[in-house]
Order: sequence, then structure tokens, then C-alpha cells
Amino acid sequence: MSEARDPGPLLEVQELQVHFPVGGGLLGRARHHVKAVDGVSFTVPRGSTFGIVGESGSGKTTTALAVMRLVQHTGGRILLGGTDIGAASGEALRRERRRFQMVFQDPFASLNPRKRAGDAVREALALMTDASAAEREQRVQQLFAAVGLRPEQAQLFPHQFSGGQRQRIVLARALAAHPELVVCDEPVSALDVAIQAQILNLMQRLQRELQLTYLFISHDLSVVRHLCDRVAVMYLGVIVEMADRDTLFRQPLHPYTVALWSAAPSFDPRQRGRGRRIRLAGDPPSPIDLPRGCRFAGRCPAAEPACHEAEPPLAEVSPGHWVRCRRIAVVDGRAQPILQA
Amino acid sequence: MPHPLLEVSGLGVEFRTRRGVARVLEDVSFALPRAGTLGLVGESGCGKSITALAAMRLIPQPPGRITAGRVLLEGRDLLALPEAQMRAIRGDRMSMIFQEPMTSLNPAYTVGDQIAEAVIEHQHAGRREALSRATEMLDAVGIPAAARRVHDYPHQFSGGMRQRVMIAMALACKPDVLIADEPTTALDVTVQAQIFDLISELRERTGTAVILITHDMGAIAEMADRVAVMYAGRVVEEGAAVDVLERPLHPYTQGLIACAPGRRQHAPGQPLVEIPGTVPSLLERRGGCAFADRCAQVQPRCRDRLPAETVFGEGERRVLCWLHAADQRVAA
Repeated sequence: MSEARDPGPLLEVQELQVHFPVGGGLLGRARHHVKAVDGVSFTVPRGSTFGIVGESGSGKTTTALAVMRLVQHTGGRILLGGTDIGAASGEALRRERRRFQMVFQDPFASLNPRKRAGDAVREALALMTDASAAEREQRVQQLFAAVGLRPEQAQLFPHQFSGGQRQRIVLARALAAHPELVVCDEPVSALDVAIQAQILNLMQRLQRELQLTYLFISHDLSVVRHLCDRVAVMYLGVIVEMADRDTLFRQPLHPYTVALWSAAPSFDPRQRGRGRRIRLAGDPPSPIDLPRGCRFAGRCPAAEPACHEAEPPLAEVSPGHWVRCRRIAVVDGRAQPILQA
Repeated sequence: MPHPLLEVSGLGVEFRTRRGVARVLEDVSFALPRAGTLGLVGESGCGKSITALAAMRLIPQPPGRITAGRVLLEGRDLLALPEAQMRAIRGDRMSMIFQEPMTSLNPAYTVGDQIAEAVIEHQHAGRREALSRATEMLDAVGIPAAARRVHDYPHQFSGGMRQRVMIAMALACKPDVLIADEPTTALDVTVQAQIFDLISELRERTGTAVILITHDMGAIAEMADRVAVMYAGRVVEEGAAVDVLERPLHPYTQGLIACAPGRRQHAPGQPLVEIPGTVPSLLERRGGCAFADRCAQVQPRCRDRLPAETVFGEGERRVLCWLHAADQRVAA
């Protein structure tokens, strides 16, 4: 960051809650709620990348969909550049949509097989901008060039592209209306490593050139570490730890983060079998019957009886480093990890 | 010299399609010792899974056809066996686990019945005995309350638990060879770690040899003793996992390792090394090296013909590339 001034937050998510009713049948009242997202807050500065990592069922994708206003949140606020997009609806919401766009995981499912690649992008332009037909045409050409496709490929159908190329089309479509925020849900998880590198490099270049802000959802720790400036770790609907990239990967504090980091393969065969791995037993509990205390306590190697009593708050243990664990002590201003890999 | 447990040599497979004949495997060779783990790596479409299916003789014919080569299990050529004898080997001496555990399990039968089926078929056990073996296996793969869960259906298990069930099924007859085709791709990291631990542990305890198919160099570093790197239907490099990961010789292997964002040498945020382009279509008849169009170190002769395989030591390391060809100086 060469500029001295703070670019300010683009996205502010405050106490976001997404609860889904379950059971109860057609007319009956829902007896239970799945607390998919249960009080999530974070801020994303303009031009940066904010990562959310977590395993299946952690609520990371639901958070992304709620920010996109594609699932209805049941509580909290979503502010985009100061505008409360969480409260917008109807035509007002539709007008705001050009400012935030999404890239999904599966490039095979997110393009209409009957539409030419160029039409997918053209349609987004027609829906979200006032561009004339000629301007749209020119913009399609520009966008194709920007994502590394040849202009004549706009005539082809999705099945004529490889997975990596389709993700380029999806990016071109997302960028059509000059969005400020791009929400990416596992955008490279379906791609081969070699192609993954191409798309990640492209995303970084586009971010620099277009001053994009990314909200990046992934279960892949190495991809998140590569791309994100700040990272939140989610577990069962809540953020358990949040910090800037280097802090979080060098000094993870929450036992779940430590276990997650230690489970990732090391790329170094000589490190194998060094007993550095913390094994987590079992699966996460159901988000319907959440435990009373810490949500991770049942699987936590460092849990004490008191951990099962009450849910700990997300506390700032050092500037910008937030942890939800009552076993993290701060001694002389330094947070002490309870587990080490 | 005694036979290795499994030896694949000169394997060739082609598929007839409407647009022509695709040569999906050409001259694929590798050996697997007892209790060894061989990693097969490469991008999608490089022939990793087809190699495994061919070794199990599970290639659908037609449109597929094994055109050349041998698959020797303790010296006996599986490709020459009558189908009935091959059936006796599958699931008993060689078994396979697939990427998607939900589609590989029959939703209409209990997991116990599905594990017991192989035991009844191959070891001529009674149902009661086979079910108790199934319980034992579920317990061995770390499923809690195995005696109760043996009567549960696949949908009652989580993704990681289903993959454990698959492993229990594959190992129920104590096979000599276990082929695991991307066994953890659909799973979370912590569950992946559990499954890798489990496979390693079972391998040590039972002496089962493992072929691990993956596109993840991290998984190779974690699991494999040896690694064969495949590209467009050929093994382009093979050697001890430590050697290949630390000193890759083939430019494709170098690219595969360098483009992964997780390795230690990579500084977060810096651009990743890219392998430009994509895997070529196997329908295009080609002379020379299939990687030439994506290779940063390509030479004119690479497009004309392939070099002979360069073998280091007594086969400890093999590479298929002009940069390392024995007749490099003569030809240059």
C-alpha cells in the first residue's frame, strides 16, 4: 500500500444471521432452526481480498450467498460502501446488484449451455448497464481480452471450452458492469492445479487493474494463503478466528485453526510422519442442536469442563487478531497458544 | 530376481469415438512392491484413472480396447486371464476406491451387506460370519459403534464416514493391491488427513500395496514412496517421491510442482508459476512430445519425435525428455 490514506471499508458485515427453519410441515410452525450463520461480523477494505475458510457446514458459502442477497438473512446488516444493501429490496436492490457480483465454484453449472459465451456477457451488460448495442459489443471484446480469451471465442458455446476457460468467461460476465465487490465461492476448486495457477494469477491481475475487492470463500488453505490479505476461519456458523494473513498462518491461536493448519499436506516428503498433525476426532455436531458452550469443545484437544458451559466471545487478543476461545491467555500483551502443531 | 507384486509394462489403451481413435495410454510401465505406495499424478485427462481401470480390466470394451502390454500380478499376466478368473481377483486380491463415495455405494443396502458381499463371494463365508467380518472392518477404519452402524444405510453416514466404509469394503478381503482414485478430493482437509492416516496405518499392518491417483502434489508428499507423473497418456517421469519432488527433471513435473500455491518456496501473494495452455486432445495424432506446446524449454526436435526413455541407476529414476536423453549430445 503506497497511499498514506486509508481506502476505507467497502464491505461491512455486522452480526449477520441466517437461520433456516426445519420441520413443522406445510402449515405447522417450524420446531427447529438450522443456525447456518449465527452472528458473523467482518470488514473488507476497498481493493483488498478477504478470505473465509472452513469445512463443509461451517457456513462460509451461506455467508457469501447472504452478502450477495441470494439467501435471505434473518438478522444483521450488510453495508456496501455505506449503502445498506441488506435492507434494499425490489428495484432498489436490482439497481445495486451491478456493484456486487459473484463467481461460483462449478464453471460447468454456471453457464447456460445453449447460450454463446459472448451472449452470457452481453446479457449481463444489457441487464445492468445503459450501454447501447454497439457499446455492449465493444465491451464484450474488451472483457474477453481482459480475461485472456480471444474475441472470436465469444461465438462459441460453453461445451467448447475447458474448465479453466469457462471460469474466465464467468469472470468476464461478473466484471461486465464494473462491480466493486466480487464474491468468489471456491472459484478454482474444480480446476486442475496448472489451470488453478492461471486463474489465480488472472484474478490478481484484474484486482490490480480494476481496483476490485474480493470476498473469497475456500476450503483450500494454500489458495487462501496465497490470495487473501485478511482471513476469517469459520466453524459451525461463527467466526472462531480472524487476522491478517501472515499473523493467522504463522501464529494460529484457536485450537481449530491449529488443527486445520496441521492437517494440510506439507509438500515436503521429509516432514512426513513427524507427529506434527493434530487429529480431530469425529465430525462437527449438527447445526440444529448446537452445544451450549463452545461449538468446537466436543472435538477440541484442549477443552476443559468450563468450555462446555458458555460460548466464548470473539475477543481481540492483539491488534486485528480476533479469537473465540476462553483458553487463550494474553501474557505481557502476547497471546499464548494453547495448542501447537 | 523375484517378481514385484504388481508390474505394468508397455500398457496401451485406445478408445474409438465418432471423431476417431483416441490413444489414451501409450507404453505405460511401472512396478509396485509389496507394501509400497505409488503415486500416479497428472492433470485431468492424462490417463491416471484409465491406467487403474486397465490394470483392473474394467475398461468398457467397446469403445475401449487394451492394445498392448502386460499387467503382472506376482508374475501372472492378468490381461491373459479368462474373465471368470479376473472376477475372482477383483475385490479379493486387488480392489479399488473411487473419488465420490456416495455414488459408489448402493443406497438400497446396508453398508454391512455391501461389505459382506465381497467376503461371501471371495472367501465363501456364511452370511453371519461375513457380517461379523464387516463389523470388524468398520471398527478397523475407525467408525464408532461399528456393531450398530453395520446395519445402517449409506445416507446415514457423513462424507468422510462413507469414504471409510468404501475403504472397509475394499480391504475386507485383505487385498494385495489397493487402488485409490482421488480418495479425498471430495473431503475436507481434516477428514482427508484422517483418511490418509488410515490408509498408511492399514498398509503397514496388512502389507497391502497402494496406488494413489491424485492431482495433488501435497498428497504425494504425504503418502507416496514412488511417483509416476503422467502426461497425455504416457509416464513422463518416475522415481522416488523425495527425488521427484525435490529435483524434478521433466519440465512438466517442474511445472506441476511450481504452480502449487502451497509449497514453502512460494511467497504468498507473488504470482504463481503457470503452465500455459491445456492438456492436448488425445484425438490429435502427434509426432514428438505431447507437452512440447506448453513447454518453456522446447527444442525443434521435441516436435518431431520422442527420445528413448532415460533410465538412471538400475531403474531408480526414469524420464522421457530430450533434455535428459542419453543420446543428447550425439543428436544435438
